[in-house]
Amino acid sequence: MDESLTLHFTVPPDDFTRAGEASSSTKATLKQLGLPADVIRRVSIVMYEGEINMVIHANGGEITVTISPDQITMVLKDAGPGIPDIQQAMQAGWSTASGAARDLGFGAGMGLPNMKKCADTLDIDSTVGVGTTVTAVVRL
Amino acid sequence: MRIREIQILLNATLLCGADMLDDEVASGFGADLMSDVLAFTDSGTLLLTGLCNLQTIRTADMLDISHVVFVRGKCPDESMLQLARECGICVLATSYTMFKSCGLLYAAGLPGGERDDG
Repeated sequence: MDESLTLHFTVPPDDFTRAGEASSSTKATLKQLGLPADVIRRVSIVMYEGEINMVIHANGGEITVTISPDQITMVLKDAGPGIPDIQQAMQAGWSTASGAARDLGFGAGMGLPNMKKCADTLDIDSTVGVGTTVTAVVRL
Repeated sequence: MRIREIQILLNATLLCGADMLDDEVASGFGADLMSDVLAFTDSGTLLLTGLCNLQTIRTADMLDISHVVFVRGKCPDESMLQLARECGICVLATSYTMFKSCGLLYAAGLPGGERDDG
């Protein structure tokens, strides 16, 4: 693969039944491209955690995945409430998720720390009342 | 441990993936929180869970988990089984509790599958 490939997804708000569709679609594309299983797994975990976060916290959003010869870049952009204290949000176990999210098996406060662990770089740009953009890179 | 053996040990019903009964899993992980499954589980592990919704199957798919056991009599609906079939995931269901299910499999030689760095 010499050129970059870009995928774009709109994550619908408050629809837990559809949460993860973008991640599934991305995973299928990466498999078709024949990328290493470990890379696909790391991208899948990062993107799925991010996609779930968008549904739980931010009324959905937009995800752009750029697949380059040397890395996969995921940009997850939402217009949600923003993260007041990113350092706190990165702590394992810290969560502001609703009871509904917890009933569905999420909101344990493991999402962002797990994304950081699986990605090579993770940048969070957030403004309260404006939204959050998470940029994650997994290198090949 | 073969899935066929796991089915017998847990007195479980096979809901989809009949062609995967002779698959082998090297370890197991039990949790109802998908957040923890995503953070601590390795690929190729048997997932035991009492959480029964579409995200259970999606989480398994994201992690390359191909074998899922629903415990405590939880019964996935057709939309979940449809997604499982699409993802190539074998699904079993048992009336046994999480503790009993994990205990039986562990006693029969199936180790825990959590990552060392978890």
